[in-house]
Order: sequence, then structure tokens, then C-alpha cells
Amino acid sequence: MRCIANIFWLMVKEFRTLWREAILLLLVIYSFGPGLYIESSGAGDMLNKASVTFVDEDQSALSRALRTALLMPRYLPPLEAGADQIDRMMDWGETIFVVVIPAGFEADVRAGRTPSLQLNIDATKTTAAAVGTGYLTATFNEEISRFAAGQNIVMASPVDLVLRRSFNPAGNETWLSSISGLLNSLSMLTIVLTGAAIIREREHGTIEHLLLMPVTAIEIGFAKIFANGLVIFIAFLFSLFIVVQGALNVPFAGSEGLFLAGTAVYLFAAASIGVLLGVMARTMAQFALLLMLVIMPIMILSGGMTPVESQPAWLQPITWLLPSRHFMEFATAITYRGADFAIVWPEFLWTFLLGAGFLVISLILFRRSVI
Amino acid sequence: MQDASVARVRAITHRYGKVSALDDITLDLPAGKMLGLIGPDGVGKSTLLGLLAGVRKIQTGEVTVLSGDMTERRHREAVFARIAYMPQGLGKNLYQELSVFENLDFFGRLFGHGSAERHRRIHRLTRATGLDPFLDRPAGKLSGGMKQKLGLCCALIHDPDFLILDEPTTGVDPLSRAQFWDMIDDIRVGRPGMSVLVSTAYMEEADRFDWLVAMDDGRVLTSGTPSGMRRQTGKDTLEEAYVSLLPQSKQRQTAPVEMAPLEGVDTGAPVIVAKGLTKRFGDFTAVNDVNFEIRRGEIFGFLGSNGCGKTTTMKMLTGLLPASEGEAWLFGKKADAHNIETRRRVGFMSQNFSLYGELTVRQNLDLHARLFHMPSKTIGSRITELLDDFDLGAHADAFAGELPLGLRQRLSLGCAIIHHPDMLILDEPTSGVDPVARDEFWDLLAGLSRDDGVTIFISTHFMNEGMRCDRISLMHAGEVLVYGTPENLASEGGSASLNETFIRYITEAMDEPDTVPEKLTSIAPAPPRRQRSAGMTRLLAVSRREMLEVMRDPIRLAFAFLGSMFLMLMFAYGISMDVTGLKFAAFDQDRTPESRAYLANFSGSTYFDEVPEVASDAELQRRMVAGEIMLAIEIPAGFGRAVTTGQSTSVAAWIDGALPARASTIEGYVQGAHAAFLTTRATAAGLAGMTQPIVNIEPRYRYNPSFESLPAMAPSVPAILLMLFPAILMAVSISREREIGTITNFYVTPTSKLEFLLGKQLPYIGIGFVNWLVLTGMAVFLFGVPLKGSVLALALGAVAYVAASTGFGLIVAVFLRSQVAAVFATAVLAMMPTVQFSGLIQPVSTLEGAGRIMGQMWPTNYFMQMSIGAFNKGLGFAQLAPNILLLAIFAPVFVTVAILFMKKQEA
Repeated sequence: MRCIANIFWLMVKEFRTLWREAILLLLVIYSFGPGLYIESSGAGDMLNKASVTFVDEDQSALSRALRTALLMPRYLPPLEAGADQIDRMMDWGETIFVVVIPAGFEADVRAGRTPSLQLNIDATKTTAAAVGTGYLTATFNEEISRFAAGQNIVMASPVDLVLRRSFNPAGNETWLSSISGLLNSLSMLTIVLTGAAIIREREHGTIEHLLLMPVTAIEIGFAKIFANGLVIFIAFLFSLFIVVQGALNVPFAGSEGLFLAGTAVYLFAAASIGVLLGVMARTMAQFALLLMLVIMPIMILSGGMTPVESQPAWLQPITWLLPSRHFMEFATAITYRGADFAIVWPEFLWTFLLGAGFLVISLILFRRSVI
Repeated sequence: MQDASVARVRAITHRYGKVSALDDITLDLPAGKMLGLIGPDGVGKSTLLGLLAGVRKIQTGEVTVLSGDMTERRHREAVFARIAYMPQGLGKNLYQELSVFENLDFFGRLFGHGSAERHRRIHRLTRATGLDPFLDRPAGKLSGGMKQKLGLCCALIHDPDFLILDEPTTGVDPLSRAQFWDMIDDIRVGRPGMSVLVSTAYMEEADRFDWLVAMDDGRVLTSGTPSGMRRQTGKDTLEEAYVSLLPQSKQRQTAPVEMAPLEGVDTGAPVIVAKGLTKRFGDFTAVNDVNFEIRRGEIFGFLGSNGCGKTTTMKMLTGLLPASEGEAWLFGKKADAHNIETRRRVGFMSQNFSLYGELTVRQNLDLHARLFHMPSKTIGSRITELLDDFDLGAHADAFAGELPLGLRQRLSLGCAIIHHPDMLILDEPTSGVDPVARDEFWDLLAGLSRDDGVTIFISTHFMNEGMRCDRISLMHAGEVLVYGTPENLASEGGSASLNETFIRYITEAMDEPDTVPEKLTSIAPAPPRRQRSAGMTRLLAVSRREMLEVMRDPIRLAFAFLGSMFLMLMFAYGISMDVTGLKFAAFDQDRTPESRAYLANFSGSTYFDEVPEVASDAELQRRMVAGEIMLAIEIPAGFGRAVTTGQSTSVAAWIDGALPARASTIEGYVQGAHAAFLTTRATAAGLAGMTQPIVNIEPRYRYNPSFESLPAMAPSVPAILLMLFPAILMAVSISREREIGTITNFYVTPTSKLEFLLGKQLPYIGIGFVNWLVLTGMAVFLFGVPLKGSVLALALGAVAYVAASTGFGLIVAVFLRSQVAAVFATAVLAMMPTVQFSGLIQPVSTLEGAGRIMGQMWPTNYFMQMSIGAFNKGLGFAQLAPNILLLAIFAPVFVTVAILFMKKQEA
């Protein structure tokens, strides 16, 4: 009871302090509002406005058909170039893909001689290269099959493959990037706010003063976690309903309530990391560097930017220690797959346990650091 | 212009928001004299000095210093070489990590002295101040007195004509204080033309000045010689004279409360006991073998200068700091940080009045009352009572951080006693508080001790306060020199005052031979050498100092380098394009050899991990929702028959589309496996010609033939790290100067904004470049990704890029005042364009809307292209040059913006 009262009054103090830090609140609003919108809407699709250049030495109906099959907005209107130009174009990054159609291509197709179609890919364009290769191959195959069928060259393949994407049939990248954007803002803002709140108290000597009152370090820690977590949570609510569901039109398969509950658990974990960093750093400069060290893996290795499955086997157990990875798992499960509590509870639990672990470590370090 | 006055002030009014600090002041300060500005805290002394020194921007009125208008930038710039200003606060303008020599050397360089000249000046000044044995000691490790001497040396290095000292002796022990004034006198003998303007709250010091200005409440009460002032008021001491000049309402209405003798000697067990308390930090002994016993209701004074171990002793009493040796008891219980019960009976007031500046007076009191668990019904009345008792009623809703020091002190005491504690521990509660407020404060303490029996343990560096304690101990350099009643100590050994006794003890305690400082008689009038480029010299001086400071913080440096190396490893191995270990389940409704052959293409693949089969549509849906499977292959009944007879049939691949990138990759794999099945079937059936693909599409991954992630990541990750780390380090470095106060040196020296900002930036560009070398080395030697292109071009690009990222840090720091805000803003603003919109994952050209514009306006994009071009594509200088040029535009633009919005004066 006494403990709860202490936490409550310390939280009131935190809110009053935050209210006076207009610039921090403005940054919170920016991150969850316009920042998130720009980040998510900017992503577009996995392949968007890709530049494709054709070296068309065939100049046949088929080669033209291949070119016109590439449509906006996935591809920019295809360019044409001579064979001698492609090295330069790729070096200068003017095009991501170069399709080389050899002379006599259409004739070879008609004759069933299985000609080759060369697809040059700028491998430095990572995702676009990987995804685009698949799309281009599929589009070309389809176009050629249609042509061949029209010419009665071959029968359609006896076994048809039907691809069915669940949950996000169109592969709309905005859906995922809005969730990972939410996660990035949640992580960064919560960690910075709580960590900075601790460093500021230490710099002003008030944390020492608090410890001379009948208040325990645990209560101070919890007050910071709850107060800053609550502020971020409110911003998150606004962001989820107004920006993600409203402005970005991201559909929601599962229960919003469950997602919010999970977010609350995640906020606890992120705030605990903030407390830990605030306790570990002696100065603001050190805190800033520690923050970078922690926040970048949290953001990049959460599974929001690249799939967790793409991490090497040795790294996966390490990223398992990142609460953000668990957030990403349950967030995608709830929002897209419509998972219920029975499915996501282990992720909730792990997020909570990780947060508790960070908090325990910071409490152990706490007294040492104050003095 | 007349030379009789060094400075003239006409109708100056200065406000901070709604608060008026100076109210229509008009003054003439005579030249060549020792001028004193007296008055309590918060009357506008510092503001006036700041205006005279050019640190603060003049709002209304006219200030003429050294025959020129201070509102004119040209005059200010010219006159900075002739003014020296030492701000309030111990060593506030010193660089704490730098040694005594390095501090002085920096100021020498700023004023363009050559090497020989600097050494000559430094040695003369340090010999005169007795600092010469400590040339290599960091300024932060000097005692308060020595810090002030060093501050004075730094101010004097350029032979100023007008020396402005803001409360130079506050918080300094009596001996050092006496030495300080002797030094000033010596200097004035050598430079009779120099005017010195000093503000002080110690009235007894002001007696030795030539001419005084007494201030109160933003106005000048009177000015004249000290003797004239005493004559005018008919008082014996300056302090009394000052008080009598105050408006009637501010003078003390009552005589100081006589301290009643402590009744009933030895009323029981001592309340506070310390036995052999010792504290060592490393090999430095902060407190050595301190013993005392304090009885109930006693006021025990702990006297000593700043940094002599008073605070450390108090922290050991409270249990905050564990003692290295010895023990302390409070209320008969051993001091223990975890003893909540004891804490409830103690009120504590720490040195800097640890109040929450962003809460109001009432909110601060309320918070304390709540945390001490006072019954909510009594809180309201208790707060009202305290507001009345402490005369804070009018300020109840003002923010604590905006109160003058004296009021904050009262509020702090109010917070400490709100819960009626049995014991008060007060750490320098009166430092920096004016005499009237101090007297009133002691009356409050007397009441608490005598009426309520509260035991008070108080530390102070004011000797006259010691006289009001029941017993005192004198402390110096961690040792208690002597312990007794103030009366006995004051008269001990024939001393006339406690001050004398203290000085005598300190002198005895100092085991070093008492080096008589050399007289600083003649300062060589070295003509200011017109250097080829004074600006460049100052710029390099700033850079040199910043570099030294960075080197003194190896943790920061190590974080910057090891941190970026760690992240480089993490990303290079962590982000990859090939996805493996995808959970795949079969949904085989056919169960024929053909269906198994089809599925073998998946289960045998390294990309897929097979999990137990799915038996029904419902199960498939459920398990996909649960995230147990990412791909299910549904083979319809009759598949085998259809395949063998060549009838058409279809296979469905259910893909978890929640992560579009992963889904696309899975699609690709599935198509591959499907094609492989068809080919094998066809070959096996001897129908090779029949089902052979119509066209062979041959993908060729240029620049990275096997499409591995390492060659893709190794060049891009440095682009990200070299944006974030340098920007944050830069922003913190500037805002830290502002928070600590060393930025004053920029305000009051001839350093221009460009010199200051570029000077601060250069070391970080250097650090960033070295960091680039390290990361590039990792890419080439650790990851084995060869750097095929032009190394020179990439290096040039890296310099331009790091200049841009530090430039961004400068902008953020110029706009935001606190370090917290600077870190927060740099991270929030830089993270998104750097990580999301610069081509790490998606090429900038394929982005949409604001994200695309952001990516194109952000330097990371161009450096990443360069880095990839040089590493993977092997581009030469000519091909990389356009990007170098583009990158080179950013830094000048950023720095220009920073200069435009930076202010060289405070408000």
C-alpha cells in the first residue's frame, strides 16, 4: 500500500516534469504522427518504380510483348539500350535490371529451341534485386507461355501451381512497415525518455535526495517505467487508431485490445532497458552512445526490417534476447493473422520476463551508480 | 571619450520572461580602481556583470565599456581582447578534465600568443599564484580555492584592461580567500591602469575595495567608497550599512534570536555517533578517521571549505555511501541505506537544494509530504503553515527552478522539515545566500532545535555561522583539525575570531613548505602580435582543446569505436537476403509416390524445415494463424493419377503473407521447387523435349555473383554508423558546454561563431574518419570484401560525409539547449532517413512520397552509393567524383545554418 502510494506520487512528479519538457513531447508526437506516416507510406511495395533496361537485339513481337508487360507502379517505363552501354549504366546505378533478348529469340521460341533470356541484376540493390528477380522471371514466363500457347507451340504445363498468400494477399509493404515503425518509435522513445529521466535526476542530485526519503530504488524505478510508459502508450493509442488504421488504412485482423495489452508489456520491457542504460551511463554522452548500441539492434534485428529467419543460426538465439523480436512476433500474429491470446501468450510472457530481467540488473547496479 | 570611467550604464532594464532582473539602472564605473558590486543573491549583480562583459544581450538601455557601445558587434569583438570575465561558480569556466597547464595554454592560444610567449606567461602567472607545482593536475581535481586561482590566471593571460569577477570567493576557504585578494592587490600594483569589478556577497571583503555599488532588487541603492557608505548610514560595519540601506520592509524587524543554552546537558544517549569514519576513493582519502557524538537537540556545525570532505561524511552518516572504515549510528542504530524507519525520522537538505525545479513550490512540498506518508488530511494545513512560516506564500505557484537562491533554500528546508523529523542533516544550506536570509534561516534552525528538540547537523563554510552552533568541528582536506564549542575555539591560542583560528589550523595542517608566491609585479607589455590569421589560430585552439577533452574520456572514445565495430559485425552478419529455416508443412490429400516426390522438393530443400503434416483445411488455417507454419503445400487427391496420365491438376501453396518480404522470397522458392519437379518428371518420363521450358531465363547477379549478404552489407553499414555516431557525439559536445557553462569562454573571447563551431567539429571529423578506416579495414580484412574501386575517392567521400553528419549534430545542438533534448532529437530525427530511406533495404529510387524526398535530401544515400560503388562495382575516381561533390555540399550548408542560428550572447 505504502509502496503503491510512493509510486503513485513519484509518477505524478514525472508527469509534471515531462509536461515542462515541451521539446521532448513534440518529438514524441512527431515520431508517432508524421514520422510514422512518412516511414510507412514511403516504403510502398517491395518492388516499386524499378528501372529495367532492355537490350533488344530481336526486335520481335515477343520481345515487345515482354517489354510492355512491365507495368507501373512496380516498374518504371522500361528503357532501351545497346549492349555496349549496359556496363556503364549499371556502374552508374541508372538501372537495376538489364534484360538481354538475343537476336532470333522469337524464332527460337517458335521452333521450340529453348533460347536463353539473360537477366542482369544489380545485386547491390539488395531487396529490390532479390524480389525483382522473382517478379521479372514470373512475368516473363507468363508472357512467353501466353505467346507459346497462342502459337500452339506447347501445351500448358499439366501441373498448375496456385500461390495463395494469406493475411496480406497483395503483399502490401505498408502494413508491415507501419507495425515495425510503431515498434521503432516505441522502443526508441521509451528507452530515451526513461533513461534520460534517470540521468537528469542524477545530474540534478535529486535521485540521491529521493533515496534519503523513505522511498526505495524499486519504487523510483517503477515510477519512471510506469510514468514514461504511460505517456508513450497514449501516443501509441493515437498513432494506432489515427495514423495506422485511419490514415494508412491498415486492416486489423485480430483484437485491438490484445494488441494493446501486448504493447503495454513491451513498454515495460523497453522502459526497463531505458532504466538499465540510465543507470549504466555516467554522462549524457555515454548514454547517447549506449543508446545507439542498443537501439540499432533492437530496430534492425527485430524481424521488422528483414525476416528473423534470414539471420544466421548463431545470431538467432542472441536476438531472441531482444524484446522487440517478441513484439514483432505477436504484433504480426495479432494484427495480420488474427491470433488470439492462446497463441501469443508465450511471446507476452517472454517479453515480460526479459523486461523483468533488465529491471533486476538495473536495480542491482542502481545503488552503486548513484553515489 | 573620457577615460575617467571604464564603463557607463544608462537606463538599463533587463528581464527574464516576466521576472525583472535589472530595473532602470544608470551607473558610471570609475577607471583604474577596484570596484565592488555588493548585495544578496538574485538582486541582479550577475546580470549586470554579464551585460558589461558582453555575455548577455542588452535589452533596453545603453552600455558603454572601454569607450565603445556594447550593442555594436564590431566594438564587442574588438573589446573582448581587453576584457576578462570570470563567471560565478567554482571553476565554471575551466575545463575540468584538462590540466592546469592545458587550461592556461588554451586561453593563451585563443589570444594568439606564440609558444614561447605562452610558456613565459603561464609560468609567471602560476608562480605568482602558487599553482606551479600543480601544472599537470586536472582542473577538476583542484580544491575550490585553487580552482578560483586558476580561473583568475586564465582571465589574466591576455593582460586585460577590465577584469570582471563574479563572486570569485564564494565557497572558498578563508585562507584561500585571503590569498586570492592579496593576489589581486599584487596584480593591480603591477598594472595600475587595470580596472577590476568584483561582485561579492561577503561584506567584510568589500571593505578593501576602492569603490562600491550596493544593489537590491534590480536597483542601485547607493555607490561610493566603503568608508563613505558607512559614514552615510552611520553604521560601523559595511554589512550593517548595507542592511540599513534596504527599504524598511526588507530590514529585519526583530533582533536575531538569542540562542538559548542547551538545557539538561547529556539528556541521554547521543543521537548521532561517528567512530573512525574513513572514506577512500581509490588511493585518495576523502575523509580520514572522523569521530563525534551529537546529543539530542544539539546544533552541531561542520566547518570547512568546499571539497574538504564534509559532504562525504554526511553521505556516510545517511548510509548512502558505505564507509571504508569506521561506523556511524543514528538513533542508536547503525547507519544503513536500507533502513526506511530511520529515514522517516530524518530530514535532509543537500548542497544544491535538490528540489525539482520544474515543480512549483507547493508541488515540491506536496511531493515530500506524500513520500513521507503524512496523512492526506493534514497535508494541506501543513503546507499552508510552512508557506506562512517561511514567507513563501506569494511564490506558492512559482516554479522552484525560477526562484532566487534564498527562497529556494527556504523551500528546501521546508521540504526537509515537513514531516516533523527528529533530526536534520543540512549540507551547506546557506552557501550563496545573502546575509539577511542567512540570519533568518538560523532563527528558524534555533527554533527547531530549542523548541522542538530537533538535532541539527549542519555543514557550512561561513565562519560566523559556526558561532551560532553549540559545538563545531573544523575540517580540512578530509581531516577534522579541531572539535569544541565555538567560543573556546574562537579565543583559542589568542585568536580574535573563528576565522583566524581556522586559518591558523589550516596553515599548520599544510605539510607542504609554505611557498611564498612570487610577486606578480611587472607584466611585460608584449605587443599583441598581429598574426597572419588570428581566426585560424583560435579555431585550432578550440580543436586542440576538444581533442584533449575527448582523449580524457576514454570510455566515450572506446564506445564510439568498439560500438561501431560491434554494430558492424551485428549488421553484416545479421541482415541477409537469403531466408532459411522456413517452417513448411505438407497437406497431402493424395498420398501417392508422385505427391511424395513433389513434396520431396521442399522437405529436401535447405530453405525449408519440415514440420508435422497438416490434416485438414481448418488445421492449416489454425496453424498458420499461430505462426507454426509459413508455407503449406496442398496436394489434391488424384494428383498422382493426373500427373501420370498427363491430365491437368493444380497444387496450392499457402504462404504466410504477414511479412511481405519473406512471403516474396518463399514464393520464389516455391516456384523453383515446382519447376524442379516438372523437370525431373519430364526427364524421368523421357519427355524431355515436351516439357522443357520454352525459354531459359538466366539471372546474373552483377557485382555479387552468389548474391551473398556480406558483400552487400559490408559497404552499406559504415554509411549508417558514420551518420549516427558522429552526429550524436557532436550534438552532445556542444550542448554539454552549454550545460556546464564553459560556453562562456566562447561568449567573452574574440572567438567567432565559425571558429568555435568548426573548431569543435574538426576533432569529430577526425574521429569519424578514423572510424571509417577501422570499419573499412573490417570489411576488407575480416569480411573479405575487397575494395576494388578508388580508395582515394572513397576516403574523400568519407571526409565529406563525416563533415556532413557532424554538421547535422551542430544544427541540432544549436537549436536545443539541454543534452537530453540534443540526444533525443538527433536520434529521432536522424534514425529514420538514415536507416529506412538511404538504400540499406530499399533503393532510394524505388521509394515513394516524403520518404523519397527525405532520402534524396539526406547525405547517407550518396555515401552509401559511393561505398557500394567502390566496394562492389569497383568504380574509379571519375565515377565516384559526382557523389563526392554532392556530399561536399551538405557540410557547408549545415554549418551555415548552425552559424545563422547560433547566438554569441545569452538572453
